[in-house]
Amino acid sequence: MSAAPAYSEDKGGSAGPGEPEYGHDPASGGIFSSDYKRHDDLKEMLDTNKDSLKLEAMKRIVAMIARGKNASDLFPAVVKNVACKNIEVKKLVYVYLVRYAEEQQDLALLSISTFQRGLKDPNQLIRASALRVLSSIRVPIIVPIMMLAIKEAASDMSPYVRKTAAHAIPKLYSLDSDQKDQLIEVIEKLLADKTTLVAGSVVMAFEEVCPERIDLIHKNYRKLCNLLIDVEEWGQVVIISMLTRYARTQFLSPTQNESLLEENAEKAFYGSEEDEAKGAGSEETAAAAAPSRKPYVMDPDHRLLLRNTKPLLQSRSAAVVMAVAQLYFHLAPKAEVGVIAKALVRLLRSHSEVQYVVLQNVATMSIKRRGMFEPYLKSFYIRSTDPTQIKILKLEVLTNLANETNIPTVLREFQTYIRSMDKDFVAATIQAIGRCATNIGRVRDTCLNGLVQLLSNRDELVVAESVVVIKKLLQMQPAQHGEIIKHLAKLTDNIQVPMARASILWLIGEYCEHVPRIAPDVLRKMAKSFTAEEDIVKLQVINLAAKLYLTNSKQTKLLTQYVLSLAKYDQNYDIRDRARFTRQLIVPSEQGGALSRHAKKLFLAPKPAPVLESSFKDRDHFQLGSLSHLLNAKATGYQELPDWPEEAPDPSVRNVEVPEWTKCSNREKRKEKEKPFYSDSEGESGPTESADSDPESESESDSKSSSESGSGESSSESDNEDQDEDEEKGRGSESEQSEEDGKRKTKKKVPERKGEASSSDEGSDSSSSSSESEMTSESEEEQLEPASWSRKTPPSSKSAPATKEISLLDLEDFTPPSVQPVSPPAIVSTSLAADLEGLTLTDSTLVPSLLSPVSGVGRQELLHRVAGEGLAVDYTFSRQPFSGDPHMVSVHIHFSNSSDTPIKGLHVGTPKLPAGISIQEFPEIESLAPGESATAVMGINFCDSTQAANFQLCTQTRQFYVSIQPPVGELMAPVFMSENEFKKEQGKLMGMNEITEKLMLPDTCRSDHIVVQKVTATANLGRVPCGTSDEYRFAGRTLTGGSLVLLTLDARPAGAAQLTVNSEKMVIGTMLVKDVIQALTQ
Amino acid sequence: MIHSLFLINSSGDIFLEKHWKSVVSRSVCDYFFEAQERATEAENVPPVIPTPHHYLLSVYRHKIFFVAVIQTEVPPLFVIEFLHRVVDTFQDYFGVCSEPVIKDNVVVVYEVLEEMLDNGFPLATESNILKELIKPPTILRTVVNTITGSTNVGDQLPTGQLSVVPWRRTGVKYTNNEAYFDVIEEIDAIIDKSGSTITAEIQGVIDACVKLTGMPDLTLSFMNPRLLDDVSFHPCVRFKRWESERILSFIPPDGNFRLLSYHMLSWDVGKINPQKLPSLKGTMSLQAGASKPDENPTINLQFKIQQLAISGLKVNRLDMYGEKYKPFKGIKYMTKAGKFQVRT
Repeated sequence: MSAAPAYSEDKGGSAGPGEPEYGHDPASGGIFSSDYKRHDDLKEMLDTNKDSLKLEAMKRIVAMIARGKNASDLFPAVVKNVACKNIEVKKLVYVYLVRYAEEQQDLALLSISTFQRGLKDPNQLIRASALRVLSSIRVPIIVPIMMLAIKEAASDMSPYVRKTAAHAIPKLYSLDSDQKDQLIEVIEKLLADKTTLVAGSVVMAFEEVCPERIDLIHKNYRKLCNLLIDVEEWGQVVIISMLTRYARTQFLSPTQNESLLEENAEKAFYGSEEDEAKGAGSEETAAAAAPSRKPYVMDPDHRLLLRNTKPLLQSRSAAVVMAVAQLYFHLAPKAEVGVIAKALVRLLRSHSEVQYVVLQNVATMSIKRRGMFEPYLKSFYIRSTDPTQIKILKLEVLTNLANETNIPTVLREFQTYIRSMDKDFVAATIQAIGRCATNIGRVRDTCLNGLVQLLSNRDELVVAESVVVIKKLLQMQPAQHGEIIKHLAKLTDNIQVPMARASILWLIGEYCEHVPRIAPDVLRKMAKSFTAEEDIVKLQVINLAAKLYLTNSKQTKLLTQYVLSLAKYDQNYDIRDRARFTRQLIVPSEQGGALSRHAKKLFLAPKPAPVLESSFKDRDHFQLGSLSHLLNAKATGYQELPDWPEEAPDPSVRNVEVPEWTKCSNREKRKEKEKPFYSDSEGESGPTESADSDPESESESDSKSSSESGSGESSSESDNEDQDEDEEKGRGSESEQSEEDGKRKTKKKVPERKGEASSSDEGSDSSSSSSESEMTSESEEEQLEPASWSRKTPPSSKSAPATKEISLLDLEDFTPPSVQPVSPPAIVSTSLAADLEGLTLTDSTLVPSLLSPVSGVGRQELLHRVAGEGLAVDYTFSRQPFSGDPHMVSVHIHFSNSSDTPIKGLHVGTPKLPAGISIQEFPEIESLAPGESATAVMGINFCDSTQAANFQLCTQTRQFYVSIQPPVGELMAPVFMSENEFKKEQGKLMGMNEITEKLMLPDTCRSDHIVVQKVTATANLGRVPCGTSDEYRFAGRTLTGGSLVLLTLDARPAGAAQLTVNSEKMVIGTMLVKDVIQALTQ
Repeated sequence: MIHSLFLINSSGDIFLEKHWKSVVSRSVCDYFFEAQERATEAENVPPVIPTPHHYLLSVYRHKIFFVAVIQTEVPPLFVIEFLHRVVDTFQDYFGVCSEPVIKDNVVVVYEVLEEMLDNGFPLATESNILKELIKPPTILRTVVNTITGSTNVGDQLPTGQLSVVPWRRTGVKYTNNEAYFDVIEEIDAIIDKSGSTITAEIQGVIDACVKLTGMPDLTLSFMNPRLLDDVSFHPCVRFKRWESERILSFIPPDGNFRLLSYHMLSWDVGKINPQKLPSLKGTMSLQAGASKPDENPTINLQFKIQQLAISGLKVNRLDMYGEKYKPFKGIKYMTKAGKFQVRT
């Protein structure tokens, strides 16, 4: 068992034969010396420069960890490799670190700087993984660093990094709960996130850190409901469970009226006429009480939750189905709960562990809502192959479902179960029969007879269980069953199971008057075998003796005294006590014994029949589907399911501020009807936003973009097949709107029509959508302005953390934050410019120049309608920042269908792209009816080159090769800077980076307005204010590289002019000069 | 949520452990071993075992207990579903999930587990994504690794996690593009002593094996979609489209996956000539010398019918969009006995 062979054999990666050498039994690691040796060679391997050796060593170390062997002494050797270039080694080092950092805190600190560096990496995946490891190493001293990192990551532009931040929150919380307040702030921020990727993780963090802060949910409630279907499965479970609790605190019980009716119904069903009269009475009282309570109307938000969770009953994940089922059980009106039964029954085909949990929940539900599962009775029939625990649960459900009508079937089924070889199961069946007999009076005698027949079963366990159940049944009407008791009495000779013997003795004692001749004889036999009996039997013998002594002392006096004497010297003190107590009670003593006079009353008082109840009764005070429910005990961290409030709290807390609403106003009003008025992408939403896979939302998002681009008619009426549903939804969300919104709606209609008109006007240079709509909105109502403001701001806020990062996180190699001359490097939003308008010195021309009202090139043809067989496609460069990726040029694609058949499934096929160029496809357009047109937005990262992006445009039947080549002016975005900044930057870009060209401005092109317009039409640049009147300055940055592009036009009198472009990218500079001159001189 | 995972074989050895938070001592498994002893058969070990400080949630598959340790309230199905997903992932990675295979690939297993949970909360559970992060071992790769000494860790950063279709890995390439669909139906039935049917229902699944280059967008339509009433879908299926048109529209994951499963309560046998009633006969013989069983045993039937879906479900057509090559398409039907029991 030397180390060397193990090593060489393990090298293969599949260590099959070599494995047992050192892995099999950690406890047997008795060969300490060899252990040491091996670690030494591991250390050596880790110290080499060869990645392959390091890797080999790490693999062996991880294998040790996986087997639970201690590898902590290798920590110093391993941690050195944390910055290893080899990604495979690095990964394994991370795995090691996360496992042992807690034990070697000081050494672990050595690795922190690596992760801090990783947090600033331009690649989002590296940032995320750095945060993940940093937050996992559980070293309390780095709490402040973690806190900062989490805060940073929470405002990262990548949703994946934000998701990782959400994951890190509970880690930090468990490390230092004092950070709670700060963490809640981060949670609050992330709850407002609009991406599906983040939603599940942040709600998980919420549940772990501050489940009591239900107020944080209000503003995000509707968003969460709407995003739910696109969240990944695990997130769905957490969100649904949390929303169940939320709904219980915010809405009124949907069953508050029903519950009264229900009671009446039940009384009427079971009760005699008297009861019915009473029932009617209580109905009256209910009716009388009704006016005092407002008639119940379901809150639209409550409805929204029920509606949006329902499709998830068809999830493949059992956990999601169960989550929805419990939500419906706890929140839905009685009439609607039924839908969950089918889904739950489907889960019964799953793995037995899933069945186990589902059946536990069905058992609880079936007590309260029996009707729901009745149609599926047969699905609970038991198969001989089911594990015992499943059988017993199914039995429980079958018993709960049994009623007057189906009891014959159920009993017939039970009969077959009794023949099973699984004795535990048979015992459970007998008890189930007992329960059916007590619950359904009609079959009591049948059941009793059946059970009596079982008394002759060969199996003692079966007999014993039957005796116990018969005992309970007999208590209900003992008088009629003297025969059965006699039969039982005979069994005492054979049956050995203590519980059964005890039961028989109790029965005979209790009903000794019905079997006066047999009882003393039984006592005689029991007295004989007393010493050999089990304790519970002995107690019952004493009991029987006492009762017989009281009723029939003549025959049994001696026997009783004999038994009591035996008991007096029993080993068990319980029995000795009982004997002493009984003797004092029944035998009149010389002291008079006040008690003994009442002994008969004490012993032979009529006893109430036992009620055989399900162990699942009332278990629904635990939230179903929870661990606590399953255990029927509160688990650590369980959040009580609150009772419904008496009065509904203010529903307006869930309203989101006005800007959120109006953002999608105007033509999008139709859209917001369809559903998530705010779930779709804002600037910061990542690519996953479009992960939306269902066609409805796809069509929604593209029609959204179409409305953005101003062709209002494309959000066509003939839109969808499931219009009914839409309309239904529409109603729902319409009613969600508060009244003030209602008012606004009427207003909104006006601009809507306007938009249509302007876009149908084909001749007019189709002006860039948003600015157009903005202008309309500005003129129509000022209210809309903040909306567009909030829509455009994200890009600039995105850039903020980038600069902040330097000062906040760089603890190790701290450099003073470099003062950036150009303040926000990213794109200045058009509306931001509009807002700044008042602050600048220049005249109003600044506004159009920055707004870039005319998209540079106008509409370009992508596909001619002849070539496209009726499908005509144009494109424009919208010059809006592309949501999701700021490096992309956003291109509006306009489709129109001039054929006479609908065109279906419009989407982008495999692009064949030159290196570096990438495309964010537009969501598939489901269908384009004849004569209709639609617009979609796609993003293209041209990589600061004018290479064409070639791709396929596919319909369901055809594929067209198309290509988009950008004019150089579209590869940039405007930057806002002051004159001084401009000059300073220009100073840095001299020499080779400067291109100057002389030109003559034609007469038509000498007014300020026209020059500015022409330049901004050619290139997407922002105007820089300028002191002198005949100088024009423009600035921008290229989209991918972010290099500055500065353009100066020096117009001399008489039309002579000089054009200068300063840019690092010389090619772009040269081309731009050419294009601008062409534009100006034409 | 999930603290730790222990893999235990049926003889009670812990052969793998993984902790996602602080280390939980393996002595916690003693409670599990107690329960294991009490249960006569492995299937009867309770899936949820409370202990003084932890809760043990376990699933039993391939003769291995996967025991998750949790400390606080969590929906039990959440954990159980996750554990099954772990087993499915192993199966997908290694072809079989067994103790020797796990031991042979212990590093890959450990790395996969590391990626599946972050601090006990599921992070990447789609096997397509995982395979981008950690490449499954193949014979060829094992050989190459032996020579070059590299592991199975993906050397590229996985973009799948950020993709619009998180269940599909990017940059898929095949020389033969093919898509196979198997419609498999199982009949669950209980026949009583007298030969009459007590229950009969159909459980169907459509399993797919899709090996297509790029980002294909598929639609699958049925001749008689009305038959499908109680259905559950893979997350790739566009639910709204199904609701409105009864067409399955999806961008498939790469490789093997279960597209949907369905459940039908009725089983329409169709017309049977009363003159010639079909009948199946079989004889059961006991081993010589064995005593007659105490009770009448239940007989489990196994049968297979190729090229037939007993429910009558038929796929109409499969179309592919988004890619221009012509894939090879195949569909297979099969009916099997599920839990088909005859009581005697």
